[in-house]
Amino acid sequence: MGVGIKTRSGSGRVATARLSAQPGGPRSQWAAAFLAALPIVPRGVAARWRRAAAAPGEGEGRSAGVRRRRRAGGAMLRTSLRQVSAALKDGRVTPTELCQRCLALIKTTKFLNAYITVAEETALKQAEESEKRYKRGQPLGILDGIPIAVKDNFNTAGIETTCASNMLKGYISPYNATVVQKLLDQGAVLLGKTNLDEFAMGSGSTDGVFGPVRNPWSYSKQYKDKSVPKSHSEDEESNWVITGGSSGGSAAAVSSFTCFAALGSDTGGSTRNPAAHCGVVGLKPTYGLISRHGLIPLVNSMDVPGILTRCVDDAAVLLGSLAGHDPKDSTTIQDDFKPFEIPNLTDFSKLSIGIPKEYHAPGLSSEILALWSKAADLFKNAGAKVVEVSLPHTRYSIVCYHVLCTAEVASNMARFDGLEYGHRSDMKDSTESMYAATRREGFNDVVRGRILSGNYFLLKQNYEKYFVKAQKVRRLIANDFVKVFRSGVDILLTPTTLSDAALYTEFIQEDNRTRSAQDDILTQAANMAGLPAINVPTALSERGLPVGLQFIGRSFQEKQLLTVAKWFEKQVQFPVIQLEEVKRHDSGVFQHKKSASFS
Amino acid sequence: MRAVLLGPWLRAGTGPRPHPATPHRAPHRALRAAPTAPNTACDSQQRLPAAGRDLPALKQKVSVEVLDHLEQLALVDFRDSEGVERLQKAIQFADQLHEVNTDGVEPMDSVLEDRCLYLREDDVTEGNCTKELLENAREKVEEYFVAPPGNIPLPKLEERETFLQGSK
Repeated sequence: MGVGIKTRSGSGRVATARLSAQPGGPRSQWAAAFLAALPIVPRGVAARWRRAAAAPGEGEGRSAGVRRRRRAGGAMLRTSLRQVSAALKDGRVTPTELCQRCLALIKTTKFLNAYITVAEETALKQAEESEKRYKRGQPLGILDGIPIAVKDNFNTAGIETTCASNMLKGYISPYNATVVQKLLDQGAVLLGKTNLDEFAMGSGSTDGVFGPVRNPWSYSKQYKDKSVPKSHSEDEESNWVITGGSSGGSAAAVSSFTCFAALGSDTGGSTRNPAAHCGVVGLKPTYGLISRHGLIPLVNSMDVPGILTRCVDDAAVLLGSLAGHDPKDSTTIQDDFKPFEIPNLTDFSKLSIGIPKEYHAPGLSSEILALWSKAADLFKNAGAKVVEVSLPHTRYSIVCYHVLCTAEVASNMARFDGLEYGHRSDMKDSTESMYAATRREGFNDVVRGRILSGNYFLLKQNYEKYFVKAQKVRRLIANDFVKVFRSGVDILLTPTTLSDAALYTEFIQEDNRTRSAQDDILTQAANMAGLPAINVPTALSERGLPVGLQFIGRSFQEKQLLTVAKWFEKQVQFPVIQLEEVKRHDSGVFQHKKSASFS
Repeated sequence: MRAVLLGPWLRAGTGPRPHPATPHRAPHRALRAAPTAPNTACDSQQRLPAAGRDLPALKQKVSVEVLDHLEQLALVDFRDSEGVERLQKAIQFADQLHEVNTDGVEPMDSVLEDRCLYLREDDVTEGNCTKELLENAREKVEEYFVAPPGNIPLPKLEERETFLQGSK
C-alpha cells in the first residue's frame, strides 16, 4: 500500500525532513519553551493564526490582487471557526471556495482514513445555498457556510451511517440526529462522516471495518524530526501512531484542517482521548445538556455528543448551537440554555483548582506528570487556590464502567436483527436463526464480546452481584465528585491520557478490552458522574506528539469550565501542526520557510 | 529529564517510579509492567485495578450450560476459544467490584435522578413516513417487514453449529 507523501518532484519516493534526526538533537522549540520555567507572554492562539495568514509569501508571479486573495483563501483552512466565519461575512472567502478546499484536502489526506463517507455533492449544494444567503446579506448565523464533519454513529438523512460496522453497511438513515439537524439549520456544511471504532467501542479507532485511523501528527514535521526510522522502506508504514478513540476520525479531521469542527461521542472518554492524541480541543458536555436523539447509543446513561475543535472558543460556539432541551430526547434537561461568549479570566482569587491524587495513576508518563505539575504551578502563580483532593473510588471507575457498559450494550445491540434495517443474513429457517446468523455476520469480536459479557452480568443469578453492585459503585463515584465540589473546589485539573499516542504496531498487541481499560482510566469517571470535561492540548512530548490536560467542571457549569480552559490554552501556546499536505494547499503562505522535503 | 514528582500538589509524593520515556517504545509496555511492580508505600491508594495480567484466579470457570444459555439469549456466538477466554477475563475483571463496600448505598440509574423526566403531550406531531422506513428493509411485502417463520426455538447445542458443541 503506497502511503506516498510524494515530494514536489513527484519521484514517488518518500522523503522526509530530517533537521535533527540523531538522538539528543534539539527539542521542539515550543515544548522547550513551555517546559522551561520562563514566564510566557500570552499572545493568544488567535494571534498566531492571524500572523500566519498575513505572512508575506513568495507568490508565483501572479497579480498582487489574486495572490492576496489566494493567500487569504488558502490560509483560511488553518484559522479558527470564528475567524473564518468573519471572513465569510466580509466576503474574503466564499462558502463554496472553502468547501472545495476542504474537500480537496480530504482527498490528499485520504491515507489518514479519517472519513468513511465524504458527502461531496450535498456539501457543495449546502455551500452554494450558504453563498446565496451571504450574498443577500442574510447568513443564518456564525456557523453558516462552515465545513463540519460528523462521527459516523450519528444519523444523517440520506447519507450512509455505518458505525464502522458490517451490520449497518449500506444503511441510509431516514432522519437527522437532532445535533446534526441543528447544525444544518444554522447553515453548516456537512462534509462527511468520520471513522471510529466499531459502534464506538474502543480507545484507538483501530477496530472499525473500514480500517484504523492514522494520527495526522504521524506525518507532521514535529514528529518526523524526532523519529529515527529503522530503515528507509519502513519509514512511513510502521511509524504512524494511532489517533486514540473512539472518535479518532473526527479528531484527525479537525487536526488535519479538513474541517473546522467535528462531532464525536463521549461515553468513557471517546472524545477527549483522541483530542489529546491529536492535539485538538475535545469537549464532553454535561450529561443531559445536548440531545442524544439520533446518536446510535452505546451506554444510554453515559453517552453524550462530543465537540472537537481547534480552540476552546470554537467549542463554545458549537456548544451554543447544540445545547438545549430536545422534546425527542427525554434525558435532556428542561432548563433554558443561554449560549455565551467566554469571558476573560481575571479574578483568580475566587478560583479553586483541585488536583485529584488518584489520577496520578501507575503508568502515567513522566512527561505528562511534569506538564500536570507545571499547569498547577501556572494557576498558583496566577493567584488561584490549588489544592490536592481525593476521589477515593477512582480506581473502581473503570471496573464499574466495564460492567455497566457491557450490560447496556447487551441491551442496545439487541435492536440489530436485520429485519427492519441493516445487514440481513440469508438464513431462512426461523426468525431466531436468522437473527443469530445476521448478528454473527454483522458484529466484530469486540462488539460480540461485550454483548456476551453484558448478558452474563444481567443473568438472574448475577444481576445483584454485578449489575446492581456496579450501580451502587457508580453512586459512590458520583458522590466523590459531589463531596469535592462541595468543599469549594471549582475545577479539577488532571491529565487526559497516560502517555502520548502509541505506535499502531504496538497498540494492536493487546486486545480491545485491555486497551480500553488502560486508556479510559483518567477520562471515564467524568462520564460516570455526568460531569462536563474538556481536553486542552498542552505541549508536545519528546516524540513530537501532542499531550493534553483535562479540566473537569461542575454539572452544567460549562461557562466556568470553558473560561478556565480558554485562559489555560492562551498560556500554553500549543504549536500548530506542520503538515506537508496542508502547506501545499495553503500555497504562498509558508514558502519562506525552507523545508527539505520540497526538493 | 525534569523532576517528575507532582511534589507540592500531591502529598502521596511516593508515586510509582517513572519509567524512562524512550522514543519508539510504546508506553503501554511499561503499563503492562506497572501492575505487577510492587509499590508498598502507597499500594492501597495507588494500585490500579489490574487490567488483565495478574487478576485473581476465576473462582470457577463458566460452565458450558451457561455459555450455551448466553449464546441463546444474546443471539451471538462465541466463535472460538478466544471468545470464551474473553468472557472469562471480563468476569475476572468485574470481580474486583466486590472489594468495594456498598452497604447502605442505593443503586444509581441515572445522574439526572433528582429531576423529573420530561413527558410531552400525547399529540401526534410527526409520522406518516412508512415509505422511508421501509426503504432500509431488505425483505418486505407491501407495508410489511417479512420475517422467516417464528416460534421455532434455536436448535439445541448438539444440533447447532457452534464452537461450544465440541466442549461438552
